[in-house]
Amino acid sequence: MSNEFVISVKGVSKLYGGKTVLNNISLDIPRSEIFGLLGPSGAGKTTLVKMIAGIEQAQAGEIELLGTRMPKLEMMQQIGYMAQSDALYADLNAQENLEFFASLYGLIGTARRRRIAEVLSLVNLTDDRHKTIGQFSGGMKRRLSLAVSLLHSPQVLILDEPTVGIDPVLRQSIWRELDALSRQGTTILVTTHVMDEAYKCHRLGMIRDGQLIAAGTPAGLMEETGSESIEEAFLKYGGVSQ
Amino acid sequence: MRMRALVIRIIRQFKRDKRSLALMFLAPILILTLMSFVFNGASYVPKLAIGGEVPEMMEKAFIEQGAEVSRATAPEAEALLRSGEIDAFIEAQNGQIELLLEGSDPSVSRSVLLLLQESMKGLSPEGMKPNVAYLHGAADMSAFDNFGPVLVGFFSFFFVFLLSGVAFLRERTGGTLERLLATPMKRYEIVFGYLIGFGLFAIFQSVLIAWYAIHVLDMMMAGSFWLVLLVTLMLAMTALTLGTLLSAYASNEFQMVQFIPLIVVPQVFFSGLFNMETMAEWLRWLSWIMPLTYAADALRGVMIRGVGWADIALDLGVLSAFSIAFAAANIAALRKYRKV
Repeated sequence: MSNEFVISVKGVSKLYGGKTVLNNISLDIPRSEIFGLLGPSGAGKTTLVKMIAGIEQAQAGEIELLGTRMPKLEMMQQIGYMAQSDALYADLNAQENLEFFASLYGLIGTARRRRIAEVLSLVNLTDDRHKTIGQFSGGMKRRLSLAVSLLHSPQVLILDEPTVGIDPVLRQSIWRELDALSRQGTTILVTTHVMDEAYKCHRLGMIRDGQLIAAGTPAGLMEETGSESIEEAFLKYGGVSQ
Repeated sequence: MRMRALVIRIIRQFKRDKRSLALMFLAPILILTLMSFVFNGASYVPKLAIGGEVPEMMEKAFIEQGAEVSRATAPEAEALLRSGEIDAFIEAQNGQIELLLEGSDPSVSRSVLLLLQESMKGLSPEGMKPNVAYLHGAADMSAFDNFGPVLVGFFSFFFVFLLSGVAFLRERTGGTLERLLATPMKRYEIVFGYLIGFGLFAIFQSVLIAWYAIHVLDMMMAGSFWLVLLVTLMLAMTALTLGTLLSAYASNEFQMVQFIPLIVVPQVFFSGLFNMETMAEWLRWLSWIMPLTYAADALRGVMIRGVGWADIALDLGVLSAFSIAFAAANIAALRKYRKV
């Protein structure tokens, strides 16, 4: 049993149309950690987080979440998932979108109303809650998607590129919120290809061409490669000489 | 130069989208083929029963004119007319020809009347006129009364199919379907949610179409309005489940529209809007796999012949079976995203 780890990935591989998308990936993430998956687009980050979120199948290996083998319907309640594309209903307004998803997670009545107000203020969208999503900017949609993933106060947050299109000020405040959540015991798995966000993660996993090429703390990874920046460390692990 | 680049781009895009290319060339051929089967079929052979009083000479004349003729008593003939096995019953009484027509298809009635006229030309030079009666319908029943019930079903099917298909497709392509599957929502809950949500609109649509056809267009209505609603609703459910299922095989709205000539149009030809009996026999089985066939049969029964619940129960049962099968297939298809 790997109960000490909230997320445990063992030897996971995925082939898609004869091409290896993920090759024998293993990683363990303890409670309260913010783990960042770093890599270029097409590296397989999204495929990996979808598998952990239970909406993609691995051909080999296994994934455990809170000690339970995935995919498992009951575990969906413990996961807050934010997809790379904003999965929102364009004809509905922000409030209606949140109400819909909150109901899927079993939130009703005053608890639902209170929680929706909380997440709206968290992502700074309280004043825009009656606008339809069609009128939202890219950044506003990202924020609302994040709000949706936080609705049911999940133990595990899986965020796929959460800060794309969000301005630096708001990005700061979102990271502050992620920090606060992690201190309260939420485990956060976040993918990014923005290097400056990588520093804010407790630990990083570097993915390239479906391989986990390195994992460790940002400082540790830079030290090991004698690099000045995460970017440089990434290139060195990838075997690209400068 | 820019135009050339645009032309090349369009050709390349088409080459990538082989389905649309196939549709562009094959669908018109398919539809033309179907229409040729429908309209070039053999001419209709009226089926007659004649009473004992009808002289043999007249029977010979009917057969010469190409009719299928059998002898029957009046009660036997009426049963045969009700079951649709014969088109008309001819009896002679005191030298007067009595004609009883089944009557629900005006084109069949016309061909029987024509046959009778032709047959009697040589036999009764004094121009004896037969007395004509109708079991269903009436002499003034128009072709629209005959195919109207099929159209009521067809429009319900067509729009529910397209709308639900596109809505489910958007859910797929917009990423919200995946997002739904990342919640504790069960796969069948998604499918039934759609069924209920669209079902509500289908009810309104059924009410509107049936009401408009009967009260505004003055379509013939011999039976119960509630049965008409029930049939259109059951058909809409079939359209809904089929539309959402097939949306899995379309990657955008345009590809969804491409299902219309493949799934919707053939049903028009094979559901009884055109007389199936003039069609090549080896093709007739196609009508049995088309949901619209059963709805059209039930709607015609209720609206023209005024039949009740017992006579359309089988049709409704088949429609339910279609819906259940399509919904189950859809629930299974969602396993592609999430195994549980």
